[in-house]
Amino acid sequence: MNYLEFEKPLAEIEGKAAELRAMARNTPEMDVEKEAEALDKKAEQLLTDLYKNLTPWRKCQVARHQDRPHCKDYIDALFTEFTPLAGDRNFADDHAIMGGLARLNDRAVVVIGQEKGSDTKSRIERNFGMARPEGYRKAIRLMDLAARFKLPVITLVDTPGAYPGKGAEERGQAEAIARSTEKCLQVGVPVISVVIGEGGSGGAVALATADKILMLEHSVYSVITPEGCASILWKDAEKMREAAEAMRLTAQDLLKLGVVDQIIAEPRGGAQRDRKAAIEAVGKALDATLAKFDGKSAEKLIAARRKKFLDMGRKGLAA
Amino acid sequence: MNWITNYVRPTINSLFSRREVPENLWSKCPECGTMLFHRELTDNLQVCSNCNHHMAITPRDRFKALFDAGTFSEVAVPEPVADPLQFRDQKKYPDRMKAAQKSTGEKEAMLVAEGEIGRMPVVCAGQDFSFMAGSMGMYVGNAFIAACERAIERRAPLVVFSAAGGARMQEGILSLMQMPRTTVAIQMLKEAGLPYICVLTHPTTGGVTASYAMLGDIQIAEPNALICFAGPRVIEQTIREKLPEGFQRAEYLLDHGMLDRVTHRKDMRDELITILRMLTGLPPAVAADLPAPEGAAAETAAEVAPAPALVETPKAGEPQS
Ligand SMILES: [Zn+2]
Repeated sequence: MNYLEFEKPLAEIEGKAAELRAMARNTPEMDVEKEAEALDKKAEQLLTDLYKNLTPWRKCQVARHQDRPHCKDYIDALFTEFTPLAGDRNFADDHAIMGGLARLNDRAVVVIGQEKGSDTKSRIERNFGMARPEGYRKAIRLMDLAARFKLPVITLVDTPGAYPGKGAEERGQAEAIARSTEKCLQVGVPVISVVIGEGGSGGAVALATADKILMLEHSVYSVITPEGCASILWKDAEKMREAAEAMRLTAQDLLKLGVVDQIIAEPRGGAQRDRKAAIEAVGKALDATLAKFDGKSAEKLIAARRKKFLDMGRKGLAA
Repeated sequence: MNWITNYVRPTINSLFSRREVPENLWSKCPECGTMLFHRELTDNLQVCSNCNHHMAITPRDRFKALFDAGTFSEVAVPEPVADPLQFRDQKKYPDRMKAAQKSTGEKEAMLVAEGEIGRMPVVCAGQDFSFMAGSMGMYVGNAFIAACERAIERRAPLVVFSAAGGARMQEGILSLMQMPRTTVAIQMLKEAGLPYICVLTHPTTGGVTASYAMLGDIQIAEPNALICFAGPRVIEQTIREKLPEGFQRAEYLLDHGMLDRVTHRKDMRDELITILRMLTGLPPAVAADLPAPEGAAAETAAEVAPAPALVETPKAGEPQS
């Protein structure tokens, strides 16, 4: 278990319990189980308390936790017959965005998502989930495919943002994002997005302009990172706690603002502590959401999606 | 042509307090250092007469120079909820808004206007970099949508002048949501068969570039305008190398296939007229045609060059689609 900074007290208690048990293994005459169990209980309570009221900045840390299930984990566990489809047919295949045909409970869909990677090698290969224009252009291509064959589109959003690189800019990062958002609005099939970790700015919107936007309980979605916001408005990147607070980037605030439609509860202590349970919860929510769109015509879908976004934010936090 | 004599309808004029006359009659070109007399600069649409550097121009000044006889009327923009997140950083958002309104004399960072350009009805929206860096929040989104809706109502083309330092951070996620919102409006405009011309001015960055500023039927930029998604500083910090000369400038984007044209501000009006007339099925405009005085009937026939024998003359004022 990789502990976050604010979980240090928890790490200490859990560490102590583990230490006791290790000691007892070496000296069998010692009976520590009662004491260890008390520590377990204490840790459990602390974990519950810690996660009951996570501050927005802590949510950001949880959302970025390296042990959280990532796009590929969800695809591997929830979908069958996943058939990755590669490339933008213009320049390259961007590994920061994966996608392809797959079945969710036998229903054929197109699934697309940002993948951050799970170890040093895969993180570099995936560019930490920061896509270049080719990634968005691949997404556009896959959405076109979905629309042509009447397959729902599922997107799994988890990115710090689009990649700020020289080549990415030269090849039209802004245009690729704009076209991907446009495509999300154009396809005559259901588009369902789940923010599974970090919904980072335009790089996220490009895949999250959906009929229904679901968010995991401790995921975040924002226009800029709290660090970025702090360095611009507070002139001090260290003020990210204040920035995170002010930005209303938690799933709970975004639901109040009407920007997202549903929150998927995470297991106690966050998705990183029980990956299987988190993945299952997402699978259930996706299945239920998809069912709501059965039989809707392309025209109706597009019209409702447009209205949803045109109306968005008209009520502010009072919504 | 003297832009100073242009006038705006008094009712619109009185809506907001005007910018004060600059105390300093001379300003220094930030590019070449030449001292420029303010009247000359105004006549030149804020372009340096020595080095052609394009300085910022407010949407109001731009529209005065763009619409026939400098006459336009403002298109009303639905009021969004003020301070939707109750945001405060070192200052409260409403206080920042008030300060921006006071220093610019404008209400928000986008001005929407309708009028005639070369006697053709056109809706224009201009982003005001001097107002909180032209940043895009709910108001700018509403303004953009209002511009599209008005263009559809009037069956007029839309010309948008973009300029933005990025998102209105004080509106957080709602600022981000203007990307899909404005994109929906563009789709409605395009479905109505109307042209959408995007003129990218210095600087156009972030979510604005990654939404409506890149979705024009025609993409024109002003010379040397910085146009990007991520800013050069962010990129340099990420890749830890120096960026090439002219990187992310209009001419660089033109070279990389991201723009149709780079056009000098003084030529923009004529170019827009030429393009829009072709896109809307109108005959060529007569060269050196003077702007019509306010109130004059927009008799298209009067300004149309004698049609070449083989070309059918379209009905006056009626765009062919
Ligand atoms: Zn100069």
